This record gives sequence, C-alpha cells and structure tokens, in this order.
Amino acid sequence: MKKKILGALLSVSLVASMLVGCGGSAPANDPAPAAQTEEKAEEPAAETAEVAEEPAASGELIKVGIINNDPNESGYRTANDKDLKATFCEANGYDASFAYSLKNDEQIAAAQKFVQDGVDYLLLSAADTAGWDSVLKDAQAEGIKVILFDRTIDADPSLYEASIVSDMNKEGDTAVSWLASQNLDEYNVIHIQGVMGSAAQQGRSGALDKKVEAEANWNIVTQQTAEWNAEKAEQIVTSVINAGDKFNVIYAENDDMAKGAVAALDKANISHGVGKDVIVMGFDCNKWALEELLAQNWNYDGQCNPFQSSYIDAIIKDLEAGKTPAEKTVIMDEKGFDAATITQEDVNNYGI
Amino acid sequence: MKNKGISAIFRNQIFIPLAALLLLAVFNLVADPEFFKITLGYNAAGNPVLSGYLMTILDYGSELAILAVGMTFVTAASGGQDISVGAAIAIAGSVILRVLCGRDSRPETLRTSFLVAFLVACVVAALFGAFNGLLVSVFKIQPMVATLILFTAGRSVAAWINNNELPIISDPRFAYYGGFIPGIPVPTPFFIAIAVVIVTFLLLKFTNLGLYIQAVGINQKSSRLNGLNPTAIKFLAFVLLGLCVAVAGLIKVSRLSTINYSVIAKDIEMDAILAVALGGNALGGGKFNMTASILGAYVIQFLTTTLYKFNVQSDALPAYKAIVVILLVVFSAPTVREWFKNVWKKIVPAKTAKEVA
Repeated sequence: MKKKILGALLSVSLVASMLVGCGGSAPANDPAPAAQTEEKAEEPAAETAEVAEEPAASGELIKVGIINNDPNESGYRTANDKDLKATFCEANGYDASFAYSLKNDEQIAAAQKFVQDGVDYLLLSAADTAGWDSVLKDAQAEGIKVILFDRTIDADPSLYEASIVSDMNKEGDTAVSWLASQNLDEYNVIHIQGVMGSAAQQGRSGALDKKVEAEANWNIVTQQTAEWNAEKAEQIVTSVINAGDKFNVIYAENDDMAKGAVAALDKANISHGVGKDVIVMGFDCNKWALEELLAQNWNYDGQCNPFQSSYIDAIIKDLEAGKTPAEKTVIMDEKGFDAATITQEDVNNYGI
Repeated sequence: MKNKGISAIFRNQIFIPLAALLLLAVFNLVADPEFFKITLGYNAAGNPVLSGYLMTILDYGSELAILAVGMTFVTAASGGQDISVGAAIAIAGSVILRVLCGRDSRPETLRTSFLVAFLVACVVAALFGAFNGLLVSVFKIQPMVATLILFTAGRSVAAWINNNELPIISDPRFAYYGGFIPGIPVPTPFFIAIAVVIVTFLLLKFTNLGLYIQAVGINQKSSRLNGLNPTAIKFLAFVLLGLCVAVAGLIKVSRLSTINYSVIAKDIEMDAILAVALGGNALGGGKFNMTASILGAYVIQFLTTTLYKFNVQSDALPAYKAIVVILLVVFSAPTVREWFKNVWKKIVPAKTAKEVA
C-alpha cells in the first residue's frame, strides 16, 4: 500500500513537472534566435547561413516549425502527430519543432515564435480559419515558406506554398453513394452528427441531407448531434429504440459514435452488420473500427486520411530543388471501406 | 393541525426534487404514456434485460447519483463546488485501463483482476481529490478556482497515463459494470449506486461526519472553537468525492470498454452540481440532505431522457437545464420566498387566523 501511494505521489509530481514543461515549451531549441533574425533580415533567402549556425556539424538539416492541434483531441490527431514526428526527424534531414494548441491565438503566438526563430518551413494545421494574415506576411518577409495541412485558412493563397487537405464533402459523398449502392427498398436513417459547425460534420451531414431530400424512399428517423461522444450516441439510439421507431441504417459521423450506437443495438438485441437488420456506418478508420468491419459487425467506414506528412515531404523536396509544386491545393486520397471487401491488410495499412 | 402537516411537507427539503419529478412524470404521462412502458427482452448476448425509458433513467442517473453524493459533501463543507469531476473521471478511467492493459493497448489477457485496477483508481482519484482538498482547505483557495486547475489539466493527464493510446478491453466481463450482469435484467450501475448510497448512509448514521460537515459549512470559526478541525473536514470531503469519482469512472469506462479522453464524462460536473442544487441544498454550504441530492440526480436524468425522447437537439440540452437552474435560484432567493409568503398569507388569511387562534 505504501509503495502504491509513493508511486502515485511520484506520478503526480511527474505530471506537475510535465505541465510546467509544457507551459514554457513550444519551440525553444534554438540557441540564438535574435542573432539569426538579424542575419535573415539582411539576407532573406540565405539557408546556408543558417545551416552554418547549427551547433554541431549535423549536415544540411531543414528547419521546420510544425503547428498542430492537441494530439489528445482524437484518434485522428494522435495518428496525424505520430506520422509527422516519424517523417520530420533528423534521419530524414529535418530539424523539427512542434507546437500544439487547440486555440487559434496560441497557435498564432507559436507561429510568431517560429518566425523569430527563423525556421525554413512553417507547417500549419490551424485551429480556426481566421486571423492568420499578419503572421503569414511576416513569415513571407522572412523568406519562410508556409505549407498548410489538414485544414485550410481564410488568407490570400499567395501567403502559402501549398495546402494538403481532406475534402469532407467528398467523404460524405463517397459514404452516401456507397449506401445508395446497397439498393435497400427503404432507407430509414438514424443520423448521428458530430460537433455542429465543424468541417467534418458539415461535409458528412451535407451529403446525406441532400440525398434524403432528393429521394422519396430515404427518410431520417432522427437527426441529432452526439458531439463525437459515444455515450450520447448510445442514449440517442436507445431513445429511438424505446420509442419503437423503425430504422435500418445508422449513419454516425465518426467511429466513436458508431460504437455507442452499436452498444444500444446490442442491448436491444437488434442485429447489425453485413446481411443483418441494421447497416452501421462510421468515419475515421480507427483500427478497432476496421476490425469491426472485418468481423462484419459494421458495414462501412469512411477514411479521413491523417497521413499528410509524405505529401508535405514531397512538396518540401520539390521546393528545395527549386520547383514549384504542381498543385496549390492537394486533396488527399481517401477511401471508403466496405465490410464485404475489407481485408486484414487494409486494417493494418489504413487503421489509425 | 392538518394544515400544519401540509406546510411541513412544503418546507421539507425533499419537496423540491419530488415536485420536479412529479411534474416531469405528469408531463410525460400526458404527452405519451408509452414513456413508462418497460419491456423484458434479451440483449445480443442472450441475457434478459429490461428496457424502456425508465430503465435508461435508472442506468444513466445512477452514475450521476454517485457523483451527487460526493458533490453534496464538498458543497456542504466548503461552500463551493468541484468542477473537475469530469476530468477526474477521465483520469480514474484511464488508470483502470492502464492497470488492466499495461503498455499494450489491445491486450489478449488482462494484467490483473478488475478489483485491483479499481482499487488503484480509487487511490489515484482520492489523491487528486486530496490535491483539490489541499488547495481549498489549507491554501484557502475558492473551490471553483482551485478545481479549475484539474478541470483544465485533467484530461491531458488522463491521456498521458495511457501514453495517448486508446486501450480496448475485449473481455466481456469488464462490460458488466456499466451494462448488465448475465441473468439480472436491471442495469448494474443501479446496484453500484445502491451500494454507494448504503455505505454513505451508514457513514452518516454511525459517525458524526454529517454533523461535522454541516457545522463547518455553517460557521467555520465557531466549529473550530467547538473543537472541530475545519481544514481536515473540508479535505476529507474532497477525498470522499474522489472515491465517488473512481466509482463513476469504473462505470463510464466499462460502458464502452474503452475511453476517449476528450469527451468521456464531458460536462458531467454541471449535472452533478445541478443535482445538489435541485436537492434543495444550499450551494453556499451548511445543511444538506443526501436523499434529496440523490433524488435530484435521477430527476436530472429524467429531464435529459425526456428531452431526448422529444427529439430535442442534444446540443440544446444545456439550455433547458439552465432554465431549471434559473428557476431554482429564483425560488430559493430569500426575497422571492418572502414575497411568496406574503402572497400566501393574503390568499388564505382566514386559515392563518384560525391557526393562530
């Protein structure tokens, strides 16, 4: 018992020290930022001068500052962060600094710090679309190239080199056309939405709303936001079951909510999956969700591709070679998985 | 004499949640009597389960009732509320999964028994409760401000405990705590809540804890002069809430056999505080009625389930709860009460005259 308490105390103190570390963290691994900015001002495009400043002779590391959302936000973000960390490491010729925040103003402050530190590239997944103009102009003046990933911003396209994004509308369209291809006599859909107003919710809801409006045999049984929360989804579906309404499709806008919905179905002994009473659809391709597909408990999972780093890497290589990227906006390749055709290989490759 | 009996009922604290419950029940009865239908069916695993709106209330209201118990102690002793219970549930749940799964997020076999995992979670949650208690009792920080620290940091701590992984437990026995035990058609959280309530009432009956907490809540200085230690009692209240959090955390992670750090038990602190308020307890500390708080918790879930039934958008739920809060605050304000008393006297002057005579 004593040991346990001691261990817990230790962990508490560790947490405390971690939190303190986070407080002043962001990009703090440059020894002389001020000197460097001065040099940069004189000689805007001098990458070589900066390399010479590297403390050790570490070759030609490209300095990147990466601003992302908090990796705890979701499985998507965790996978996204892991992927970026794996690509932008020293072995691949990068010297990367990371800054995380879900708040736009903190992200902008981090961007300003990166600009002062004189990074070569600024990679940005903005929490909010607005407010980025001035800091991106500063970056441009310093000769820092900006690449957006995951999310776009409301700023003049000349301020960034490229943006690599998911097309949420396309994700919704892919899912809805898959559902249409199931050729059910009647579609009675429980539509569980994400946090209202988020890009993912709008794209994924929009496609279904349009289809329901257009087709006579598509009905919405209930349309509710569960705010990405599995338990809320469970309560919503339980409520529909208790009311005795008939439904045969669950269209949940992420995997967690689909899981909550399935828990409600299981409690009421309503069969779901391939060839069963209710079709279950989710999004994001979490590994456990794809395994549900493989076990034929769910029917469909739409991908939201978090693996942007290889695209970014290719663009940086192009820019370093003096080429401009072929396309300013790169829309990532995203799949939709059908339980009837999914393989273990897909689960391993695409599960996040 | 009879009149006196009625006014005693009105004055009784438990009247408020009971009236609210009755109001909701009548509303549902008029709107759709189907609301009260309970059916015995079988779940996917072939076990008997009772289902219906009332069972949903029993199921989800129970975890709220458990939290309301702890929140009542904290409210009464410190005169403030703990807003970090949601984040603390994330921590407790994360600890349970971490102990069961080790470093492996998809374990084939579990490391230890559920009991050990739960006890470790109790210790950790009690420690975090103690942290809050320390800030409030020793450093005299306002409870809401003190618990704001954990409210902000808790979910990150929870994620850190599991190294940002999302462990999934495939053992079906783990789902019993938030679901059904095979053969018993009533949701397990209800039994867990009953156990917590029994322990609480034994504690209140056989120790002076309840009296001490009320004394400290009513007047800290005079209770110290009477030989109580207000610091220790406030501290203890937060530790007790920590234990309640651990129990609620077990139910929460068991429901889905996994965790999502950013959304698990989101905004539950508001419901727990509302349960205490709906129980007619003074949010400024002092006297409390545990039964009323527990009833308050089920009333809140009754309201939530009713709103779900009528397809109210779930992101609009807090607005409806806000209306309840406004009504409660208004009706418990002394000026409003005074006004009502005067109006009441004007309506029934004869009776009061008789009674005086």
